[in-house]
Amino acid sequence: MADTMTSETTAAEAATHAEGHHTSTGISNEKLAMWVFLGSECLLFGGLISTYMFNKGRIGPDDVGPDDVFDIPFTSVSSFVLLMSSLTMVFAVSSIARGDLRGNRIWLATTAALGATFVAGQVYEFTAFYSEGLGFTTNLFGSAFYALTGFHGAHVTIGIIMLMSLYVMSVRGNLGPERAETVEIIGLYWHFVDIVWIVIFTIVYLFPQ
Amino acid sequence: MATVTPDSPDTAHAADEHAHPSNWLYVKVAIYLALLTAFEVFTYFETVHGWGDTAIIIMLVIMMLLKFFLVVAFFMHLKFDSPIFWRLFVFGLILAMAVYMVMLTAFRFW
Repeated sequence: MADTMTSETTAAEAATHAEGHHTSTGISNEKLAMWVFLGSECLLFGGLISTYMFNKGRIGPDDVGPDDVFDIPFTSVSSFVLLMSSLTMVFAVSSIARGDLRGNRIWLATTAALGATFVAGQVYEFTAFYSEGLGFTTNLFGSAFYALTGFHGAHVTIGIIMLMSLYVMSVRGNLGPERAETVEIIGLYWHFVDIVWIVIFTIVYLFPQ
Repeated sequence: MATVTPDSPDTAHAADEHAHPSNWLYVKVAIYLALLTAFEVFTYFETVHGWGDTAIIIMLVIMMLLKFFLVVAFFMHLKFDSPIFWRLFVFGLILAMAVYMVMLTAFRFW
C-alpha cells in the first residue's frame, strides 16, 4: 500500500513536472505568449522584406546598388556564425533541462559571443557600405536595406542582452533547472532571429540582382 | 480516484510532449544547415558560369525553406511540442505572406 502510494505520488509529481502548467490550455502561458509574439514578428519582417524587394531595383544608373557593395564571402561567414549560435542555444536549453548549470552558463555565454560577432560583422558591413557611398538616404535601395538589416541587428542585440541577463541570473544562483522554461523561451526568440536571417541572407544577398 | 502510474499513457504522453532530442540530433541538424548554406553560397558564384536566374532563385528558395523548417522543427522544438504553437506560428507566417503578396501584386512587382 505504502509502495503504491509512493509510486502514485511520484508518478503524479512526474506528470505534473512534465506538464508543469496549471492553465486552462494545459500549456505554458509564457511560451504561448512568445509564440504569438513571434507570429506577429513575421508581419514586421514580412513588411520590411517585401519593401526591400520592391525597392531594391529602384536606383538611378549612377547610384550605388547591391552589386557595388555586397561582399558575399564576408556575409556568408557571419551568416554561418549566427546559424551556429542556434546550435549553442539548444545546447544551453538542453543543459539546463538536465540540471547542468555550469554547462548552461558556458553555452549561454558562447551563444551571446557568437551573436556579438554577428553584430560586429554587421557594424563593419554598414561602415564599409557607407564609405562606398551608400547612406540611409542615398536611394530607395539603401533605405530599404538599412531598415531591414538594421531592424534585424537590433533584434539580435536585444537577444544578446537577454542571454547576458540569463547568464548573470545563473551566476547569482537565480537560474536553476526549475526555470528551464525561461531559457527555452529566450531560445525561441533567438532561433526566430536566426530564421529571419536565413530568409534575409537568401533574398537580399544571394538572389540574382 | 484516477491515478497516474509511471507507465500510463497520460504520463507517457506528457513525457513525450516535453522530450528533448539528444545533442547528437542537434549536431546533425546543424551539419545539414551548414551544408545547405555552403550550397547556397556556391550558387551565388555559379551565377557567373551562366546558370539561369530562374533556376537559381528556385534552388535558393527550396534551400531557404529547408533551413527554415529544420530550425523551426528541431531547434525550436515544434516537432516535439504542442500543436497549438505550430498553428499560431504558421498562422502569423501565412498571414504575413498573404498580405505582402497582395501588396507586391498591387504595386505590379511581378
